[in-house]
Amino acid sequence: MQSQATYNYKVVRQFAVMTVIWGIVGMLVGVIIAAQLIWPELNVVEWLSYGRLRPLHTNAVIFAFGGCALFATSYYAVQRTSHAVLFAPALAAFTFWGWQLIIVLAALSLPLGFTSGKEYAELEWPIDILITLVWVSYAVVFFGTIIKRKVSHIYVANWFFGGFILTVAVLHLVNSAAIPVLAAGFLTPKSYSAYAGVQDAMIQWWYGHNAVGFFLTAGFLGMMYYFVPKQAGRPIYSYRLSVVHFWALIFTYMWAGPHHLHYTALPDWTQSVGMIFSLILLAPSWGGMINGIMTLSGAWHKLRDDPILKFMITSLSFYGMSTFEGPMMSIKTVNALSHYTDWTVGHVHSGALGWVAMISIGCIYYLLPRLFGKPEMHSKKLIEAHFWIATIGIVLYIASMWIAGVMQGLMWRATNVDGTLTYSFVESVKATYPFWTIRLLGGLLFLSGMLIMAYNMFLTIAGGKAVNDAPVLAPAAAH
Amino acid sequence: MDINDLRSIFTVLAFVAFVGIVWWAYSDRRKRTYDEAAMLPLDDDSQFVPSAPQVTENQERKSS
Repeated sequence: MQSQATYNYKVVRQFAVMTVIWGIVGMLVGVIIAAQLIWPELNVVEWLSYGRLRPLHTNAVIFAFGGCALFATSYYAVQRTSHAVLFAPALAAFTFWGWQLIIVLAALSLPLGFTSGKEYAELEWPIDILITLVWVSYAVVFFGTIIKRKVSHIYVANWFFGGFILTVAVLHLVNSAAIPVLAAGFLTPKSYSAYAGVQDAMIQWWYGHNAVGFFLTAGFLGMMYYFVPKQAGRPIYSYRLSVVHFWALIFTYMWAGPHHLHYTALPDWTQSVGMIFSLILLAPSWGGMINGIMTLSGAWHKLRDDPILKFMITSLSFYGMSTFEGPMMSIKTVNALSHYTDWTVGHVHSGALGWVAMISIGCIYYLLPRLFGKPEMHSKKLIEAHFWIATIGIVLYIASMWIAGVMQGLMWRATNVDGTLTYSFVESVKATYPFWTIRLLGGLLFLSGMLIMAYNMFLTIAGGKAVNDAPVLAPAAAH
Repeated sequence: MDINDLRSIFTVLAFVAFVGIVWWAYSDRRKRTYDEAAMLPLDDDSQFVPSAPQVTENQERKSS
């Protein structure tokens, strides 16, 4: 019978462990480039200069750290809510090794200077083809498992994971369309975008903002809808709200991209469409956040002594904060002040550290003991320490970037009575140094938290053994 | 009819679809299905983690 079957935990375990490892690598590179802004002498050789390490940092934290967390949690949640073993286990193993190969290739090619110059899509065409192969395999494994499910309903977390997988496939294929350079009859790794001018910019930011909306939001909302109820031991606050949340979010996000191109050559009406849809986005974003936080309604006491729940609920608070800030920054007049300043950097990190990283960290802490046959993590105190160090780190990071960003925006727009600029650009750079130093401190704290997590993880692994015999349980209705 | 009329019609249709989804999700007919669906992650806990909360639909009803 089906009760003899066991869930595929191996691939989940591999991705979960690599989440922590790549998290440390990506955040370390972030700390290095933050230091390079303060001490330019740290740009020792061209391969490790700011311009080449910065895309390495973003790729590593988004696709290596965030990507591994998404693979691990989606493979775990889809199996358990479908009461079915992962479809095509060989293909699932291929997604793990393929994804790791892509990360290693990125870590080599970006410092060597190979880049297509598209933000968050810098990797050159041979790596893009490999990403496509891995992503199609991911979709086959994920949707294959859903087709195999033993329950009639597809749980809402799987809708979010599925929406994320499908949309990222479309985004990647369209934005990465490029023509490789032919030299002496041979294809070179260098390519140029298939699009030109403002169309290229619009396609890039249609991709860029939906990378935020689907890779960094929908996928992580899938985590929220499975792991917050699990850790709280209560069903989601409103399942009906989650259905409306899903459809409203995926429809609205698609149109918000133009707010990255305010006051550019993009037609004015397109900018306005982007701004209006960004403002509308506040509603589904906050609906989802409230749904997640209110899951604890009537059980708030659990927050007091459960550091994993603290990570999850704090991540939702940061999600609410950054999805309020985002729509505000998309308003053209606000954007006139905030664009190109460190305010944007602060906004991104309140989402990336506060929401994406914290919900991932919470989920990985939930998963590790279950994957290694332990009742809980090696040390609960260390999870608590990690939580507070990470939270203080984020607060230092985003507060310093707010102040720096608003200051830069005001300095750049200040004019004298005769119409000349009050400040030269370099004066704004000089004024930013103290805030960059506070930001470095915040980043260092967040990285220290990840090192504590790695230590805790290795001691948990050392005391446990890999679980490969978790039985596939019959659905509740069949009991 | 030019392309802008089509754009307006599409916007209206999208809004009608959204209202339809809200109406459908909150209709009484869906309540039972959704209550069951909400329990999907909780009705399945691993015996390999003895300390993990073992919440079933019945326990949840008793406690609330």
